[in-house]
Amino acid sequence: MLIYILRRLALALSVVLATMVSAFLLFFAAPSDPALALCPESKCPPERLAQISASLGLDRPLRQQFFEYFSGLFVGRDFTYAGDTVHCSAPCLGFSFLTRQSVNDELFSRFPNTVVLAIMAAIVFVTVGVVTGIAAAVRRGTAADRLIVGASQVLGAIPYYVLALLVALYPVILWHVLPQFSPMSEGFGRFLLGLLAPALILGLVTSASYTRYTRNSMLETLSMDYVRTARSKGIPERTVLFQHGFRAAMSPILTILGLDIAYLLTGTLITEQIFGVDGIGRRTIQAFRSQDLPVIMGSVLMTAVIIVVMNLIVDIGYSLVDPRVRLS
Amino acid sequence: MSTSTNTVSTRTAGANTAGEVVLDVSDLSVAFPTEEGLVQAVSNLSYQARLGRTLAIVGESGSGKSVSSMAVLGLHNPKRTRITGSIKLDGLELVGAPASTFQKIRSTKAAMVFQDPQSSLHPFHKIGKQIAEAYQAHNKVSKQIAHKRAVEMLDLVGIPNPQRRANQYPHEFSGGMRQRAMIALGLVNNPKLLIADEPTTALDVTVQAQILDLVNDLQKEFGSAVILITHDLAVVAETADDILVMYAGRGVEKGSAKEVLAQPSMPYTYGLLQSLPSHSEDLDELKAIPGAPPSLLNLPSGCSFHPRCQFKDQVPGDACFTQLPEWRPTPGLSNREIRCHLADPVATLQLDEGAR
Amino acid sequence: MSDQTLLKVTDLQRHFPFREVQGLKMVRATVRAVDGISFTVKQGQTLGLVGESGCGKSTTSRLVTRLDEPTAGSIEFEGRDITHLKEHQLRGIRRDVQMIFQDPYSSLNPRHTVGSILTTPLKVHGLHKGKEKQRVQELLELVGLNPEHINRYPSEFSGGQRQRIGIARALAVEPKLIIADEPVSALDVSIQAQVMNLLAKLRDELDLAFIFVAHDLGVVRHFCDQVAVMYLGKIVEYGDKKKIYEAPEHPYTQALLSAAPDINVARGIAPKERIRLVGDVPSPIDPPSGCRFRTRCWKAQDVCAQQEPPLVAAEADISTRGRREGGLHLQACHFPEVKTDLVAEVEHSA
Repeated sequence: MLIYILRRLALALSVVLATMVSAFLLFFAAPSDPALALCPESKCPPERLAQISASLGLDRPLRQQFFEYFSGLFVGRDFTYAGDTVHCSAPCLGFSFLTRQSVNDELFSRFPNTVVLAIMAAIVFVTVGVVTGIAAAVRRGTAADRLIVGASQVLGAIPYYVLALLVALYPVILWHVLPQFSPMSEGFGRFLLGLLAPALILGLVTSASYTRYTRNSMLETLSMDYVRTARSKGIPERTVLFQHGFRAAMSPILTILGLDIAYLLTGTLITEQIFGVDGIGRRTIQAFRSQDLPVIMGSVLMTAVIIVVMNLIVDIGYSLVDPRVRLS
Repeated sequence: MSTSTNTVSTRTAGANTAGEVVLDVSDLSVAFPTEEGLVQAVSNLSYQARLGRTLAIVGESGSGKSVSSMAVLGLHNPKRTRITGSIKLDGLELVGAPASTFQKIRSTKAAMVFQDPQSSLHPFHKIGKQIAEAYQAHNKVSKQIAHKRAVEMLDLVGIPNPQRRANQYPHEFSGGMRQRAMIALGLVNNPKLLIADEPTTALDVTVQAQILDLVNDLQKEFGSAVILITHDLAVVAETADDILVMYAGRGVEKGSAKEVLAQPSMPYTYGLLQSLPSHSEDLDELKAIPGAPPSLLNLPSGCSFHPRCQFKDQVPGDACFTQLPEWRPTPGLSNREIRCHLADPVATLQLDEGAR
Repeated sequence: MSDQTLLKVTDLQRHFPFREVQGLKMVRATVRAVDGISFTVKQGQTLGLVGESGCGKSTTSRLVTRLDEPTAGSIEFEGRDITHLKEHQLRGIRRDVQMIFQDPYSSLNPRHTVGSILTTPLKVHGLHKGKEKQRVQELLELVGLNPEHINRYPSEFSGGQRQRIGIARALAVEPKLIIADEPVSALDVSIQAQVMNLLAKLRDELDLAFIFVAHDLGVVRHFCDQVAVMYLGKIVEYGDKKKIYEAPEHPYTQALLSAAPDINVARGIAPKERIRLVGDVPSPIDPPSGCRFRTRCWKAQDVCAQQEPPLVAAEADISTRGRREGGLHLQACHFPEVKTDLVAEVEHSA
């Protein structure tokens, strides 16, 4: 088990490194010029452009830039800007071209917003999805089943941003039923309430697919021979459904759940944008708009780390649920 | 708690009278409504299972042998099954009984061992826990006592090192060991009736022999009634006392297992026996029954076997095509009943065998 | 039956190495699915491979058809070494050696009509050009199906009929050797006999050689000329059918025969001796040392754990200065002993 985790961590590290190298090449070697974003072409004298490029370190050879970035991650690095030297300790992701803030601060200060939103949404979609999925499976073929399946299909068919915009517009902005986003610094309670609207709509829409996964998985499990064996023991039907059916039905869903949470943790671009949640996703969109390479790189690296770690957690969790799965 | 109350010896078998009818099935019909029509899986089936005896229910796929036995434990989905007739288990009528009745009789009065022990045991639960769960469902005992009972049952069915084995998962057991565990699970509440549905079909030959021996030994010890559902006539020859041959959802011949196999008196039973290759003799050609079993959606008129029967010409008129033969004693044989229109089936079949 | 050797298999091995974590260690292990077997099949001859799960009989059939590549040993077909041929070199072999599978439900593509299932092999090998339809109808007739059903789909046929389609597909390219892997075990009892009779008829009419893989000893006795009994990747006894069934010398063969239930018990003819093995077949991963059967054998002694018994001429043959009846009979046991009372003796009045 331990050796397995160590091996997986080594593998995870190599995945992250590979992501880093390819992302670096993709963005830094790209023909776009971040200096242009800082100094719009029409009003920018060429010497000013060169000055900006030099101050960002973009005028140096690619290999050197990469080496500095890479070493910054592990041992930290020093930045010289306008005559001042600033030390950026490891793991250093550099400074935003645009705001001149440390990328670490930029991302980590926003991370809690994204995490709380992800957790709240996950609570909603797991609860709603699993409960309705089981209800539909157990009542297979009845009106209740058809209603649940129909509702989940309708919910899944409408484009997500339309629903999100409607929720943001009516209950939040126009009717004031649900509060708007407010940062954590202005009180944790208000912060949580502010995330209610985005978490609800994100959770409900995601729950549609969980309803279908759960229903299908549960139906498949309930047709298994071992469920028939359980029933033939004379134990209550409830025990058959939950102790024998549910646990087996949930193990495939665990994998999907792990990956979905990983994606939510890396920032929900549309939701954060629409509801004005100051999270990773929103910051990443800003960075793309202004070609703020250090922030983009930081966000890509963070995404890679989160996905790799969640994968490991899913695999370990899987082995705890299913004794047949040996970690090797 | 004294140890004596926890041992396997607490047996009701002493009070059982061998030969007493435990299961009385009469005029049982089971049908499944589907989109294509009504699947008539079992029609007007009647049989009895007696304490201390093994009844073999023999038939091919679609003969209704498993469907009828699953009805005894109420394992069909009541919303999608139509069951009529009567199933009396230990005097209790089960057709139309509520779910709570079935919950009480499962495992305590009748238990079932299924074909594939690999898929019939829950992959996520330890073997001991799966057996203990059945014991705890019907006895107000602590977890420890139930676990102890499970270990004793594993020991009883010949699993070495039962204490350790009880804490293992099904995938850590071999095929034969899993089927032993299934039998332990079936017997944990001393049921009067054990239904074994193709218990050795998924097992290797050398292991199959062990499991059949085990079922036979346990039956002698427990004095319970055993229903052995199988397609393998050789298995029947070696293990069963009584036999019921089924075809297309109906019983077609019943009697003593050895007598029926030695001298079948209904053309289908005869055909099955004739078609078997033997590992103890060389045959020139196998005498196959032509055709295939009928669809249960659309059973043939009259006798369901008539489209494949080579003797239907010997019945005067069109009885085979129009009339369902009723159960009747085979002329010339005692303790034997068949559903067949042949006037003297014994003579007809003997003549055919001699002619070959 | 001519004496021409069609297939010659020598010291064939197929090992599947894998790695596994045990505690803190990474362990390398090998599944020795087939571990050094030799046999020959002559034209028109039928060899039965019997044994229980894990004995390697199915792996052997995959190797002989070259659907899988052996780890060691050699396979010669009509004198040509095909052991390590590449896929494009196997074209001729793909035609000469055909397979019939166990499950008639999953081995036919449900979206293709019978006609297209049977035409495909003809087109692949460029046979009966322009007359494919006529040939397909001939094939259907040959296996006892209605030639007018050429446009039907597999789902419209019963299990037995589907197996007939599988047989027709194998016959389409006029093979010399057919590997039949449990061809009747998924079928109902009353259908098994029909399919067995069809195979026997085709074997005799077309002078086909068969490797017949099965666990049912009755079916093998009925169909095969020679039998090889396999246990954990090895052949433990090999010879003419009569010798294997009536005078087996290897304890495993004896146990296998004795364990098979016998219908004759109902006729009052019971075998005189019964052998019951203890336990299950061990895993083919790192099988027992020496003789692989020793862990379940009632005769096992120290030498059985130390030395692997070679496959040699059986005792009865040696004692009579060999080949009295000219038949083949090999066995691999340190302590062979003929037993003749394992199956019921059936007297035929006729």
